[in-house]
Formats: sequence, structure tokens, C-alpha cells
Amino acid sequence: MAKIIVVTSGKGGVGKTTTSAAIGTGLALKGHKTVIVDFDIGLRNLDLIMGCERRVVYDFVNVINGEANLKQALIKDKRLDNLFILPASQTRDKDALHKEGVERVLNELSDEFDFIICDSPAGIESGAMMALYFADEAIVVTNPEVSSVRDSDRILGMLSSKSRRAEQGLPGIKEHLLLTRYNPERVQKGEMLSVDDVNDILAIKLLGVIPESQAVLNASNSGQPVILDADSDAGQAYLDTVSRLVGETVPFRFLNVEKKGLLKRIFGG
Amino acid sequence: MSLLDYFRSSKKNTASTAKERLQIIVAHERRRRTSPDYLPQLERDILEVIRKYVDIADDQVSVTLEKSSDELSVLELNVTFPEDKRG
Repeated sequence: MAKIIVVTSGKGGVGKTTTSAAIGTGLALKGHKTVIVDFDIGLRNLDLIMGCERRVVYDFVNVINGEANLKQALIKDKRLDNLFILPASQTRDKDALHKEGVERVLNELSDEFDFIICDSPAGIESGAMMALYFADEAIVVTNPEVSSVRDSDRILGMLSSKSRRAEQGLPGIKEHLLLTRYNPERVQKGEMLSVDDVNDILAIKLLGVIPESQAVLNASNSGQPVILDADSDAGQAYLDTVSRLVGETVPFRFLNVEKKGLLKRIFGG
Repeated sequence: MSLLDYFRSSKKNTASTAKERLQIIVAHERRRRTSPDYLPQLERDILEVIRKYVDIADDQVSVTLEKSSDELSVLELNVTFPEDKRG
């Protein structure tokens, strides 16, 4: 039985797909057989972030409609043997995903894999609801910014009322907070909400803090999940995050401003 | 922060403003989430009735429904009257 983890946020552009790619790859690096499923029907992007956009033949909706089987649609990662991607389709039909179909595909994946990462679309429409419905755990990706925090709280409400676990009276979805695009300099100047501020408001367990980093754009430009850039701050922060996700205790890094020399402090820079 | 920035920084701390605003709106929306769907309409209707007699603003009426036990819910109505409109 696979563990199903949804990566969600409500708000768009906060780093859901970057996070899905990084965490899926990180779990595979740790030896777990992992599949990342793109639920963003009509706006497929996980393939680009993973660097397999030219290898998409069949997609999630084809499998649901019986036009292809899972083996045909799954794309095997070129870097890691135990990592697979199920791409979203580019159809404009918003109702292409339905509970019965999604459940059937997830059940089939569940027999094969240790982890299923569901990359949710933004918003609270049916695609986002499908992505979270079957989840065992949720990673709520949040930027330290008012609209993102508010939308995350909204999604937390959905997780606890609109999921399969909620409807069937099972133990609730395990919720994790992942703070992304964190800028310690701006936090120190009082220009950005701190980790503690966001934690006070959302009150769920903190899984990781990813610093605002040039490495993220470089990674997406080249189709390499940022976690594979192990020299970068964001890559290391994602590695820590994955370790915590599988139950290891890892101290938090990149929360404070690096100490600057005296000259830099006086003249700035 | 450079020395120049230090003398310039007399601005208000916007992060604390953000936190205060979020705490209020999130608490408000959580309450609404757990309350019945008819509550917003009930609030508007009550507002209209009061407005027949006193001119009050939208945010001067608040209606909350709190569940105090399995068998008992309490509907709480709060109306703030402006100073000069009393009596």
C-alpha cells in the first residue's frame, strides 16, 4: 500500500509543482519507489519541471478513459530508476477527472509504489478537490505573504471536511506546512512574516522552510528538480524536508541571515 | 542592513501589520466555515430590520452560532450602536 501525499496550497505560483518534483525525487533518492501525478488538467507543467516534456505520449485522462494503460502512460525518470511521472492531459474538459476514475488509477498505482505524490492545481475547483480527496498526508505550500497564508487556511478547512478520510470518519489527513520563498533578510527587517508568525496563524506542524533562491529558477530552466542541486540552499532545504517527511529529526537551516563582515555592514551589499 | 539604511528606516514594521490582519480574517473565516449556510443571510436580514430604526454600518452587526454541547447551540447577536444614535 502506497502512502498518498497531496501537495496543495489554494493560491497559485507558490511552488506546488517545484515542491512535488523535489519531494518525489527526494523520496526516490532515499530508495522509495515513487510516482508523481500531475492533477493540473489543461495546464500540464510537472513534465517541464521534471525535464520529460518530450516523452509524454499518454496521460492521466487517457488512463481514466481506458485509452491507455498505466504502463503506457507512466514516464520513467532518466536519472532515478525508482521514480515515475504520470502527466496531466492538456484537454480543456475540466470534468475529465472523476472520483471513480481517479480512485481506480490510485488503487492500481498503490500496488506498485511506496509513495504517490499528487501535484494539485491552484484554486478550490474540482481538480484541486480530486487531488486532495484520497490523500493520507498533505503538504501545504505557503509563501510568507498574506494572500497565500489565507488561502492555505482555506485549504486546511477543505482537507478536514472534503476528503475521503473526513467523509468516512477515518483519522484525519496528516497536515504539514512547507514555507517557501523565505527571505531571512526581509524577515529581520520586519518586511516579511516570519516562520513563527505563519506557524501561529496556521497552527500545523512545520515540515520545512525553503529559502528564496536563484537555484529554483535555474533548476526549472533546465528541467532538473532543484533537490538534485545539492550544493544549493534550496536543494539542501528540500533534502532536509524529505528526511523529516520520512520521520527523521533534522534541525532547520536557512532561517537566519548569514553574518556579514564589518565592511559589508557599513557599506551595505 | 547598511549604515545608511539604518538612519532611513523609520517605516512601520509591515510584517506585524500583516500578522494582525491575518489573525483577524482567518479567525473570522474559520468561524464562518463551521457555521450553517443560512447565517450570512440571517445577519443581513437582522441588519435590515435594525436599519429601519437606526442608521448603522454593515460591520456593526455580528451573528455567531456557537455549539456549547451536543444538544445546545447558542445564537449570539452583537449590535454596536453609534454614540449619538442611542435612544
